[in-house]
Amino acid sequence: MSQTRWEAVLVGAVDETRDHIQGLAGAPVTLVQFGDYECPYCGAAYPIIKEVQARMGERLRFVFRNFPISTSHPHAEHAAEAAEAADAQGRFWEMHDLLYERQRHLTDPDLHGYAEELGLDVERFDKEMTEHVHEPRIHEDFMNGVRSGVNGTPTFYINGVRHDDSYEPEVLLAALERAAARQP
Amino acid sequence: MTTNVSPPHHDAPLPSGTLAPDFEPPSTPDQKVMLSDFRGQPVILVFYPEDWSPVCSDQLGLYQAVLPEFQKHGAELLAISVDSAWSHLAFAKDRNLHFPLLSDFEPKGEVSRAFHAYRPEDGTSARALFVLDADGVIRWSFLSPVGVNPGADGILRALEGLDGKETA
Repeated sequence: MSQTRWEAVLVGAVDETRDHIQGLAGAPVTLVQFGDYECPYCGAAYPIIKEVQARMGERLRFVFRNFPISTSHPHAEHAAEAAEAADAQGRFWEMHDLLYERQRHLTDPDLHGYAEELGLDVERFDKEMTEHVHEPRIHEDFMNGVRSGVNGTPTFYINGVRHDDSYEPEVLLAALERAAARQP
Repeated sequence: MTTNVSPPHHDAPLPSGTLAPDFEPPSTPDQKVMLSDFRGQPVILVFYPEDWSPVCSDQLGLYQAVLPEFQKHGAELLAISVDSAWSHLAFAKDRNLHFPLLSDFEPKGEVSRAFHAYRPEDGTSARALFVLDADGVIRWSFLSPVGVNPGADGILRALEGLDGKETA
């Protein structure tokens, strides 16, 4: 029977029509994050991502996929659904950022409040939340993560290969720069 | 349990093809689990070093989240460490774990040693994974560095391998 690979590889290429993406398709480096909105480590990574994005500019494409570990983080699943419901109204990244900035306040009433704050169509937002319209997509992301070797959150992939080192800004940036230098 | 006294080397878990040693450690303070009770279905055995340590919690929390996928293969998930049954109870409650945590507590580490998944230098189980088929034969084993969460992909691949064999 097969051995578990040590160099874990992202399953499923980045899909411009489906994935949540910041940056250009032609960027030399793509950083994919599997994240959980309630996970404190993801909360710590959030400003670091902003920093590496600012420092690499157009050379970096950033992709966020959902990996809510609901058993450890009771609000993570609904928070992910809220971000997807915002995405349905073209406002994914604003909700994504708000959720990380207010990570300790992710109850259902909080999420409803964020939809109002962003000026979303709240009636539609509430309906999609109640009916769990976005749950299947979140599960797809989750299983994509499991099959890619995600073993906790956050897990990062740089040009498709899992980044097993620290995600402190200098370490992550150095890894991204190495990946950029390998591109033709 | 039949003690097949083998050196407690922890660099190679019992390999694929070996009949898994039977055991009956407590899962709650008044309940024991026999491995042989699960014949007829695949069993995922997860040895982990200690309750409460951060990597273990991530790993078991992940398995809880992936449990429905394991169950699609008819598999039972059992986790085991040297912690006491009372520690397991509190740990499972705190982390929302709804699968048996077995206590390899007395004689300490006996089951872990039988699977070559014991770390004598730490006095804990190693971080080792086993997938057993319906006949209790080990079909996949994997030893992870103690600080590294091995994830769930290897387990799912092993279960898919079993499904392939059964339908073949």
